Amino acid sequence: MELSRVVLGILSGLLVAALVRALAARWWPRARWSVHLSAGLLVGVLAGAWVSQMEGGYLAYLVTFCIMAGIYGVFSLGLNVQWGYTGLFNIGIAGFFALGAYTSALITTRKPPPEVWFYFKQAIGLDQPFLVGLIGAALVCGLVALLLGLLTLRLREDYLAIATIGVAETIRILFNSEEWLANGSQGLIGIPRPLACLIQNPPCAWLPDWAKPLVAGWTARDLDAIYLVIVVLALAALYWAVEQGIRSPWGRVLRAIREDEMATSMAGKNVFGFKLQSLVLGAMIMGIGGGLYAHYMRSISPDVFVPLFGTFIIWAMVMVGGSGNNKGAILGGLIVWGIWIGTTFLTDLISPLLGAISPELPARAPYFRYLLLGALLVLVILLRPQGLLGEEKQVSKL
Amino acid sequence: MPSEVLLDVRDLVKDFGGLRAVNKCSLSVKRGTITGLIGPNGAGKTTLFNLITGFYKPDSGHVFFRGEEITGLPPHRIFHKKLCRTFQIPREFKQMTVLENLMLVPAGQRGENLFCSWFLPRLVRRQEAEIRDKALAVLEFVNLIHLKDEYAANLSGGQKKLLELARTLMADPEMVLLDEPGAGVNPTLMKQLVANIEKLCYERGVTFLLIEHDMDLVMNLCNPVIVMSNGEKLAEGTPQEIQRDERVLEAYLGSQYRAAVRE
Repeated sequence: MELSRVVLGILSGLLVAALVRALAARWWPRARWSVHLSAGLLVGVLAGAWVSQMEGGYLAYLVTFCIMAGIYGVFSLGLNVQWGYTGLFNIGIAGFFALGAYTSALITTRKPPPEVWFYFKQAIGLDQPFLVGLIGAALVCGLVALLLGLLTLRLREDYLAIATIGVAETIRILFNSEEWLANGSQGLIGIPRPLACLIQNPPCAWLPDWAKPLVAGWTARDLDAIYLVIVVLALAALYWAVEQGIRSPWGRVLRAIREDEMATSMAGKNVFGFKLQSLVLGAMIMGIGGGLYAHYMRSISPDVFVPLFGTFIIWAMVMVGGSGNNKGAILGGLIVWGIWIGTTFLTDLISPLLGAISPELPARAPYFRYLLLGALLVLVILLRPQGLLGEEKQVSKL
Repeated sequence: MPSEVLLDVRDLVKDFGGLRAVNKCSLSVKRGTITGLIGPNGAGKTTLFNLITGFYKPDSGHVFFRGEEITGLPPHRIFHKKLCRTFQIPREFKQMTVLENLMLVPAGQRGENLFCSWFLPRLVRRQEAEIRDKALAVLEFVNLIHLKDEYAANLSGGQKKLLELARTLMADPEMVLLDEPGAGVNPTLMKQLVANIEKLCYERGVTFLLIEHDMDLVMNLCNPVIVMSNGEKLAEGTPQEIQRDERVLEAYLGSQYRAAVRE
């Protein structure tokens, strides 16, 4: 539990500090940068201290919330590369989500022994570490995106949209119906959590002796906190990689393609090649997101990767946060996931009201959330089409 | 008078369904000239540009640039041979600044390789500084320097034409194809555009082939002038010769106008 306090305290402190600093810089542009920074740090420290004092149950809930928001942040980054910067209309994110999750799961789990094959079928089980699983997920998703791009990126842009949604459904149905591959609709279980050995007794063999007493009392909740650190580190690394590419001439070509393909090829750029790179990089990031999800949930089944959870909520995140801005994409992930989780409380609240109208309605209350998500998108498009943080004016900044 | 043929178009044909837009068209442009390409609407001038620069593949015929065959190459390959073009309707990158519009263009940018931008940021940064200096110099040349940080979408029609010209200059072109550079440009900007084209041609040796409907501009700026009609070359000569050519008056200016001239 103590670990959760430290991790969440630091993370929320940093996040709040960054937000306050940015807001201060916007509202008092005449003040010095050091004033903005110290205002951010002050509020950040207060926020971090407040969060770390929270009661245990809230804290645990906040950790799981942040993990999912972080994983969705990874997906928004991937979509931002494809749509925000290159204008590639990918509405099959769920396909790469599923493919990444299953690939990482099949790489890191062990193949079940023959005695249980009747109940539990799994074609591959390589028993490799977590990182190998993530890299494998990225590579497989990149390969699928490469094939998809080679086939469709020379055509008009609508064909890419049709192809991506087709591939996404194909992947989901493939995992659902081909039982020999990954246990069909039952899905895979027992996907390992990285560093899970820390809470076993005795702890990991590689741990130095002096560190063993430190982890002695750790529980599954501490493991969640560790996973949150891993997710945040992955998100930070991917953010750096995307940002570095976008700020350099590579990103400038992508943005030019988004604005006008014909003029970009007339400026001597191989439009097809750059579109392919963008599609593949975005898909690889999505694959990593899928892998992170699988190792967090520990069990996956095809029914998770439906368009709502796998695709449209991510689109909402990029639109709300600001397409063409990587900070915005991550912020959008946090906000939209917060709203999505928040609406579960709302549906509980309105259930009695719906029951008063008709006895059948309360059972359908969950669908009210979809309506809210749609309404949010419409509001953003009407009131702030560029998203909370729009694209910066001068993007090439190296 | 320079005599080397820079661009050579031979028997080019392009059909759109049943319509023959370009019909066995042959023409050549000499190095160091500002050649005008005129002709009535639908004569196939813009289609010819699209064929030369690789946007359309010709049904038959050949295009040679500097004696090298470039027929059917993709547009970006033709661009790298230093043959650039501008568009009739400006195609600026709207949500990018004027400076970024220019910085996009130079070939051989190491930072266009994702791995270089990740692992060799200092090299990329140094090259970016060079490209920025060059872009600023070009903007100075076309008098758009005060707009360098403005979104290209916010420029006026004439300024966008200048931006198009500036973009081709970023590539150090040997030859530029201009598609109606004067259309929708006010007289002041027009003078500037003409001055820029002449300066580039006489001082830097850039060859121009330009489509234009403004006859004053063509007659003052271009020599020789090529006339296209119905997808083929009708006549070629000095502006004076073209103005007197009966067939040109017939095809281009219309028989009514010819009658008016005779009176």
